[in-house]
Amino acid sequence: MTGLEEFLSGTLRLSAPLILAALGEIVSQRSGVINISIEGMMLGGAFAGFAAGAATGSAGAGLLAAAAAGAALGCVFAFLCVVRNADQIVAGMGINIAMIGLTGALFRAIFGMESLATAPRLEDYPIPVLSGLPVVGEVFFNQSVLVYVCGALALGIWLFLRSPQGLGLRACGVRPEAADAAGVRVGLTRFAAVVFGGTMAGIAGAYLTLAQTSSFAENMTSGRGFIALAVVIFGRWHPIGAVLAALIFGGANEAQFWFQARGSQAMIAGTHVHIPYQALLALPYVVTLAVLTMFAGSYRGPRALGKPYVRSR
Amino acid sequence: MRDRTRELAGTLVFPLAGIALIAGIILLGGKSPAHGFTALISGSLGGAFALAETAIRACPLLLAGLGVTIAFRAGVWNIGAEGQIYVGALAVVALAPALGMLPAPLAVPAGLLVAAAAGGVWAWVPAFLRTRRGVQEVISTIMLNFSAIQLVSWCVHGPLKESTGQFPYSNEIPATLMLPRLLPPTRLHLGVVFALAAAAVVWVFLFRTLRGFQLRAVGASPEAALHAGIRTERSIWSAMAISGALAGMAGAVQLMGVSHILFEKFSPGYGYTAIAAALLGGLHPMGVTLSAGLLGALEAGASAMQREAGVSTVIVYLVQGVIILSVAHQAARRRAVTEAIKQRGAQEV
Repeated sequence: MTGLEEFLSGTLRLSAPLILAALGEIVSQRSGVINISIEGMMLGGAFAGFAAGAATGSAGAGLLAAAAAGAALGCVFAFLCVVRNADQIVAGMGINIAMIGLTGALFRAIFGMESLATAPRLEDYPIPVLSGLPVVGEVFFNQSVLVYVCGALALGIWLFLRSPQGLGLRACGVRPEAADAAGVRVGLTRFAAVVFGGTMAGIAGAYLTLAQTSSFAENMTSGRGFIALAVVIFGRWHPIGAVLAALIFGGANEAQFWFQARGSQAMIAGTHVHIPYQALLALPYVVTLAVLTMFAGSYRGPRALGKPYVRSR
Repeated sequence: MRDRTRELAGTLVFPLAGIALIAGIILLGGKSPAHGFTALISGSLGGAFALAETAIRACPLLLAGLGVTIAFRAGVWNIGAEGQIYVGALAVVALAPALGMLPAPLAVPAGLLVAAAAGGVWAWVPAFLRTRRGVQEVISTIMLNFSAIQLVSWCVHGPLKESTGQFPYSNEIPATLMLPRLLPPTRLHLGVVFALAAAAVVWVFLFRTLRGFQLRAVGASPEAALHAGIRTERSIWSAMAISGALAGMAGAVQLMGVSHILFEKFSPGYGYTAIAAALLGGLHPMGVTLSAGLLGALEAGASAMQREAGVSTVIVYLVQGVIILSVAHQAARRRAVTEAIKQRGAQEV
């Protein structure tokens, strides 16, 4: 692989979990529910995927378990915020904090203190013929199945949001009372959207443990869920926009590894500058902050986002 | 009667589920839940040492929890107390050589002020970004948490590394900067008094001053506050600055009262626990005092549980998360009840 191929392929690999989580969050937010607990749901998926993968020896089983864990957490969140109309930010924080404790304690209880347990890796799956293409083949067609899923889902969600059902879902996020009057079941739609978002977050988490590392660490999502939230805003609540936004964040992350591997030396104005590794570790967060600062205000989310819908009697 | 039973069931479902979950996890690890829970209680309430541990753990939680309360009251979701704690402690350590030259009665307040300033500035940034650039503070404060943690990591590995240059932590702060012990040989320190005083001050500020009223008005209804001539932008800025200042002081109290050195992972998530303290305390200074005490007991007890029964302390996050979820659930129920009463009232009129 050439340096360029390596960089682009790495960028795509690091973007994939962000894309998966962000696509789910787009559907949820378009229906009017802001789910800041995708961080916790990713962590839940990462752990469930790891545990089920390690127990069964099958990465596929791990993936299924992660999706189920994400869906279950989505149900908890939707019950609180859609059925009970609880505050979405508070409930989201609750799930995030609870999942740090739950996954951390379960991991120690099952795998012990100095865990060396590993889960089976979700192998890369080169697509015949296409993967033989120069540059493009290596970057796009020699990847984990989940990367292909990202592409397919982005397209699928884009089409869905244009369908009559998708229009109904979007109406729930903009004018729930009008959607209700037009016969859309707002509560049910939002519930389903949140569960879909949770499932995607679970799969995104499994990507970390099954495709990237094949091991689990306490609080290993380390803010990726929140970066995915930023991806949704930067991508303007649009699936294709989110893919592009995620690639920028993935690129920043890959750049961090790239610098670290090269002894964190950079040439700035002709002199060698030593970059401390902590600055590189902070890079994805600083980039998120910078991107939001530059673009957040100019973008508007769905109008009823974050507002519980209570049907007037 | 049936309503009362259902109400009670609704209140208890999350805490009971939480306890069952914890017992299950302890069992899964091959330990005895009864043993674990006994250790939890004796480690937090059994005797003077246990009570002192509970109090000193409640200290940073109370201060940061008061900070979270002020921000939430103003309608700003400050999830950034963790980062503000780090920069507060960092500022004290960075200026410790200078601060240490002051006589003790001046050094301690000066240290707290420096930490408050650092935390306040760190928290003001997301408030500014929200009001001027439309950046959601839920995301920006979290990003600043991660950045602050890396900043401290870099400092203790680099410029602030201890004098021999061997270990990744700071020099011990000068003795004049250390908070005096109240009841030796326990570790109980003056910070407890300070945190309780802060709770009283925050109560007066929120409920007895015009600024406090304006701040709550902005949180309750930004549009109405704007129409009433309240400068909402300034209210949000000052709420976040005060919020961050309190969290910064929480970092200083932990540093000056307990650890005396700064290191990576200096705060084991006090900033996140503070959110649980604030919500459980009903965003009221007195309530937060009680909930900080309860969560402090839980932290102290969890350490004992880890020593005695081998249960990882991360389990307290599960408890905190469950507390937050049940608070969210309860608040929604209460709102639904008042709505129903209002509607019934409207029909009768």
